This record gives sequence, structure tokens and C-alpha cells, in this order.
Amino acid sequence: MIEPIKPPRRKNPLLRTRLPASPPRPRSRTSHGFTRAAAEGRFMLQRCKACGAFAYPAREACPSCLSDGLAFVDAPRRGTLLAETTARVPSDVYFRERAPWRIGLVKMDCGPTIVTHLHADCAEGAAVRMSFQLDKSGQAVAFAHPEGETPNMADDKQWREMTADPKFRRVLVTNGRSVIGQEAVAALKAAGAKTVFVGIAEPWRPFAGEQLLRGQDGIEIVTLDAADEKSATDLAADIGGKVDILVNTTEYVRPGGLLDRRGTSIARDEIDQAYLGFINLAQAFGPAMRMRGADGVNNSAAWVNILSVYALASWPGFGTYSASQAACLSLSHCLRAELRPGGVRVMNLFTGPVDTEWFQTVPPPKVAPRAIAQAIVSGLKGGLEEMYVGDVAEEIRQRLAANPKALERELDR
Amino acid sequence: MTNTLRTPYDGVVIAAPVTIPYVRYSIESAQWWIGRALSALVAQAGIKASDIDGLCVSSFTMGTDSGVGLTQHFGLCVRWLDTIPLGGASAIAGLRKAARAVQAHDADIVACVAGDTNHVDSFRLTLENFSRFNQDAVYPYGAGGANSSFALIARNYMRTFGVTREDVGRIAVAQRANALRNPHALMKSPLTLEQYLAARPISDPIHLFDCVMPCAGAEAFLVMREETAASLRLPVARLLSTIERHNAFADDPMQVRGGWAMDIGELYAMAGVKPDDLDVVQTYDDYPVITMMQFEDLGFCNKGEGAEFVRQHDLTIDGDFPHNTSGGQLSVGQAGAAGAYLGLVEGLRQVLGTAGPTQVRNASLALASGFGMINYDRGLASGAAILAGPSR
Repeated sequence: MIEPIKPPRRKNPLLRTRLPASPPRPRSRTSHGFTRAAAEGRFMLQRCKACGAFAYPAREACPSCLSDGLAFVDAPRRGTLLAETTARVPSDVYFRERAPWRIGLVKMDCGPTIVTHLHADCAEGAAVRMSFQLDKSGQAVAFAHPEGETPNMADDKQWREMTADPKFRRVLVTNGRSVIGQEAVAALKAAGAKTVFVGIAEPWRPFAGEQLLRGQDGIEIVTLDAADEKSATDLAADIGGKVDILVNTTEYVRPGGLLDRRGTSIARDEIDQAYLGFINLAQAFGPAMRMRGADGVNNSAAWVNILSVYALASWPGFGTYSASQAACLSLSHCLRAELRPGGVRVMNLFTGPVDTEWFQTVPPPKVAPRAIAQAIVSGLKGGLEEMYVGDVAEEIRQRLAANPKALERELDR
Repeated sequence: MTNTLRTPYDGVVIAAPVTIPYVRYSIESAQWWIGRALSALVAQAGIKASDIDGLCVSSFTMGTDSGVGLTQHFGLCVRWLDTIPLGGASAIAGLRKAARAVQAHDADIVACVAGDTNHVDSFRLTLENFSRFNQDAVYPYGAGGANSSFALIARNYMRTFGVTREDVGRIAVAQRANALRNPHALMKSPLTLEQYLAARPISDPIHLFDCVMPCAGAEAFLVMREETAASLRLPVARLLSTIERHNAFADDPMQVRGGWAMDIGELYAMAGVKPDDLDVVQTYDDYPVITMMQFEDLGFCNKGEGAEFVRQHDLTIDGDFPHNTSGGQLSVGQAGAAGAYLGLVEGLRQVLGTAGPTQVRNASLALASGFGMINYDRGLASGAAILAGPSR
């Protein structure tokens, strides 16, 4: 039975901020098969193509038949907790600060036994449901959950280390003029965020949906034009120390490729808004977030980017837009590496065309802004790193994995 | 009794038990500790270093060195060399290999040595870099090290067989009593069962006095043929039998038995003795619950009867079942890979009658066991040897 976490009290500015530490990071290359699974919220184990046996930990040959045909595949999640222990004096700083820390050994129904972190409601001898999560080092770890729902389940101390649950956290949504931004604000508020700061450039200019934000409890409109370095820096000077989750909802979509345009003005705007805007936000808010990665219940926890799935493969009809998104994707990996020492995760949501005016000429299916907002919340609650929102994005992901050249030819239509 | 087709260890003897007294922390290197042990071997046996033509080394903290680097380091010219990284099974494994080497005349005098240093951060670094499975799939889970891994095994074992902490504690308490007679033991104060039970938890059900204290030290012995020993006029013990096994019972969901259980018939058949014949037993006591498991797997009682066995016997030097007479790793300290040697070297002293204050009266037949390498969820390596002294 888990006690619900309490809203954190106002921070005493005289007290030292606890600095982040990272759990053990080294892994074998093969073991990063679990990192991929955890990033997407899948539960994958190695399975031998020759004899069908599941194996764990990561191996180079099947312990049943010595075949090297071990593929990471989605595996059944159910197992039984054989034994548990509580580490009280770990040798590592991260765990020592968080001790007592509970771990256990789970016998999977599909065969292997897994040393795992335990949700507090897992009981010895009982069934558990397994997942792979990214820990504060960004590395995959096994996590055992009770088989059914239990009260205040998400408030489990060890689970909260694996996630970026908005509950009691303060969130900055960088662009509240867009429908996606407004939906994100509503979804994060509903998920228990204490405060949602909403960035609005030139807030004296009225905008559609303004009444949803203004004067609402727990929602604060702040002046922010991400493309303007000074604007980002000014806002960070004001609220930078209390942004626990940053949701980058910058949107700048213009149709068109290369040869039918003259000059670079549109491409420059795309880069200014999306790419340089991202840099401004990262430089303004990133350092404080990295410092505050272990700062209590409302520590800084996550940075969210909403990217076009065409960051992964150019869509010539929106060619320069695709390129600006590819630049942002690349930058997100740099940001992830630099935020990692703080335990702050970077989650990228990839979407297909969104149901907004700039994709007016694109046929359905299109992604509803509300679906993106809900995905942000569920990704944060699940501690994910990559999400594909909507059918188009999921299809592009699969086609890219299957044959990138086929995808390139087929996007050229 | 089991039949065995293995070649007997006829003519193989063990001499010159060496212990370099342990210290909690040392600024010296593992090479220094191994060097001290080699020097003591030579002095005790009355030989020259150049008489050593075989070398077998175990250590966790030699850095990038293996046995071959040590030959140049120590000015040894050997024709047989082995480096054995089997943790707590290193001594038995080294003895087995050295015995066959001298028996086949590949070498005449093999020095078996284990030594480790302990700097303030050595233990944590060893934990972090223990094995690939450990790095991938154990250490990131609470970083409890061997304590957490054995806690899972202990908890399952104790629940399965109805073993209490009192039962397990008797082993640790008896060893402390033995250690008080060993001037080299790091633990110098008595331990009562009440103190054992009241100790702080480390990783439930493992509490403080279930754990060994990491330290620096070295242990060594010589292996040679009977005639070599006779020409050197060395008191020796004869090697009667050995077993070794790795990754046994892989299908057991959790470890409730070690590899000994697979080979125990052969151990006694080859030696031509029964468990009851043994005068002194030295188990591998990284945790007392593992010792209890060995009482079962080495044939002193049946599986599940370890707790009752411990209740029925006095495990001290003067008791009816003298066990870990030096105090064992639990009370002497665990000097890395030398921990594997501690029991074997003490067993050798016992049957030679040179154990001094810890001597068991008229001990002539000893068993020593080893256990090591918790690579993932269980200890993989196990081994045991039976030695007979000159009086037998």
C-alpha cells in the first residue's frame, strides 16, 4: 500500500540543493537492445531463432543451443517474484542516497529469471508484470509492477525515479498560441501539474483560445518568443529555477520544397523558429534543469519535443520543413546527452501531419492536437523517450526500419 | 559409493602453508602482497626462488598484470604458469591444476599464490567491474553488490527450508569464537548470538555479521611430488581427492545447492573416506548461509537439514565438528582472492599439526571447499579437496 506523495512545500532558498547523481551506467553493446525497448515502452527479450528459447541477460549465443541467432522480440510480460531484498547500504552514491532500495528476482513465464527493481506493491510469490524503463542514467533497467492496479500506484518512490510524472511538477509549455500548446496545457493540468507556465509571444495581441488560459487556476501566461534569445533568457531568469518539465511546442510549418522557391527567406524562418528557437530554449533553461535533477518531489525531470516524423525521412512536399525538423532531432540527441548527468530525460514525440491549417491540403489521416497532448502526458508518466503519435508516424517508423530506400522513393510522390 | 575413473593423485603433496597477516586497508599493491607470500614460501620451504618452476596466481586487484607479468616482476623463470580468476573457487582450482602438473612432471615445485590489496575504493571498483552479466543486469539494481545477490539466495533458501537467522547465526558466532584464538584475525572481539541478531540490516535478510570484511592480504602453498618434498625434508599433506564444477543446476530457478552436490560421491570415493572420517572442515564462508548450504551439499546432512545440523553440532575448534578453525573469512577478513585460499591453507596447517592456537587435536584429515563468482543470480564455481596429514 503506497502513501500518496504530498505536494512539496515551498523551497527554502537557504538550503543547499541536492545535486543529481547517476546510477551505474556501463552496459555491453548487446544490452542496448533493452535500451531501445525501454525508449519506446516495449518489453523485449532476446529469443533464439533456432530453438525459440528466451534468454536474459543479453547474450551473444543461445544458452540452449549455441545459435547466434538471438533477436530482440516483444516478449510476454508476466512473471513471478521469487525473492526480494532491500539494499540498505549500497556502495554507489545514487542508490545510497535513495536507500532503502528494493530489488527482486523474477522468474518469467517465458523462461528467464530477471533481477529487477520492484514496485512497492509487488509481493513475494505473486505474479508481476515486467517493463523496461530508462533510469536516471538513461539506461534500460527491468521494473516489476504488481499484476493489477493498486492505490496510488504511480506515487511509488522507485517508480517515480523511472518516470517524469507531471503530478506536483511545474511545466513550461513554450507556445500557447497553437492548438497543440493549448491542448498540452489542459492535459498537463489534468494530470496534476502544480503550475503550467504558458509562453506567449507578444501577449498583448489577442489569440484564439486565450480564454482557456487566462485567469485559470494553476496556469500562468508568461512572455516568451523562443526565436528571440533575449526573450528566452529573460523568462529563464524569472522562472528558470522552477521549470521541472519543459514542453517545446514550437510550430513552424510551411509547405514547399527547394526548386519552386526563390531564396532562403522561408527556410531561414523555419530554422529561426524551430532550430534556433530550440537552441535558445536549451541554453536558457537547460543548465538549471540539469542542476535540479534530484531536487525533491518536484525535481526537474523531462524535456519534451514535438517533432514531425519527417525529421526521420524527408517529405519533399514539405522539404525544407522536414530539414528543419531533422536539425531539431539531431539537436535533441545532443541535448539528451548534456542533460543526462542531471537525470533529466528528453522525450521526442514524432507526429504525422497535424489537423491544423498549415496541413490543410494534406489528405487524412491527420493527428488531432488533443491526441498529441494525451501522448505527452502518457509518455511522461511512462518514462518514455520516443513516441510515435498517430498512424502516419507509426507507419513511417516501420517503413524506415524495413527499407529506408523504399520509403524515400515512396515519399517522392 | 561412486566409482571414479579419474587418475588418483598418487604422489602429489602440499607443503608450506603461508598466510601474510591481513590488514583492513593497505596502500601497497596486490603485487606487493603476492611478493610477500612468495618470499615467505621460499623461506618456509628452505628453497631458492629459482627452484620454483611453476606458478599459479589469483588476484582481483593486479590491474593489467597476469601471471606472466609477475614472473618478470619477481625474477621467476617457470615452465608452467596459470592465472585463475575464479574468485572463491580459485584455491581448489589452482590446487587441482598444480597437482596434475607436478604429477606429469610438467613442473617440480608449483607455487600457488593468491593476494589482493584493499585501497579505500578497491571494493567498489571490483563490484562495478565484476562481470558482464553483473554490469548489464545486476549492479544497476541498487548497487548492493554481492550482499544483495546473496540476500535473494538466502531469503529463498531460508524460506524454503524453514531456516531462521538464529540457525545461520550459530555459524558466524562459532567462527568468531575460533577467531579469538587466531592472532591474525581482524575481528578481535567476541560475538554473541544476541549481538548477531541485533546487527543492522545490510540487504535483508543479510545483516552486518553475515558479511565478510574486505581487506588486504595473501595466502600461498607449494605443490610438488612426494620425492621432491622428501629431498627437501618438508612436512607435507597428501592430496586425496578434489572436485570442481561450474554452472551446475542451471535449471534451478534459484540457487539452493552448489555444484558440490553434483560431484560429492566422487569426492569421497576418490579419497576413500566418508564425511564422518573428517577431522576438520573448512567451508567457503562468504556468507554463513552459504556455509549451511555446503554442510548439505558436502554430505554432512541432507538437503534442508542444514539448520538442524548446525543446532546439533559444536562448530568450534574444540567442538564435535571443528569448522573454519581460523575464524574463516567472516572473522579473519576477506582478502579478495586470498579468501579462496584461507580455508585450504588453514586445513593444510591443521593436518600438518602446525596451526598453533587454532590447532584441532590429532587432526589428520581435512576437507576444504571453495565457491565463487556470482556472475548473475547465483555462484557459478564450486570445488572441494580432501587432504591427509603425515599421521594418517
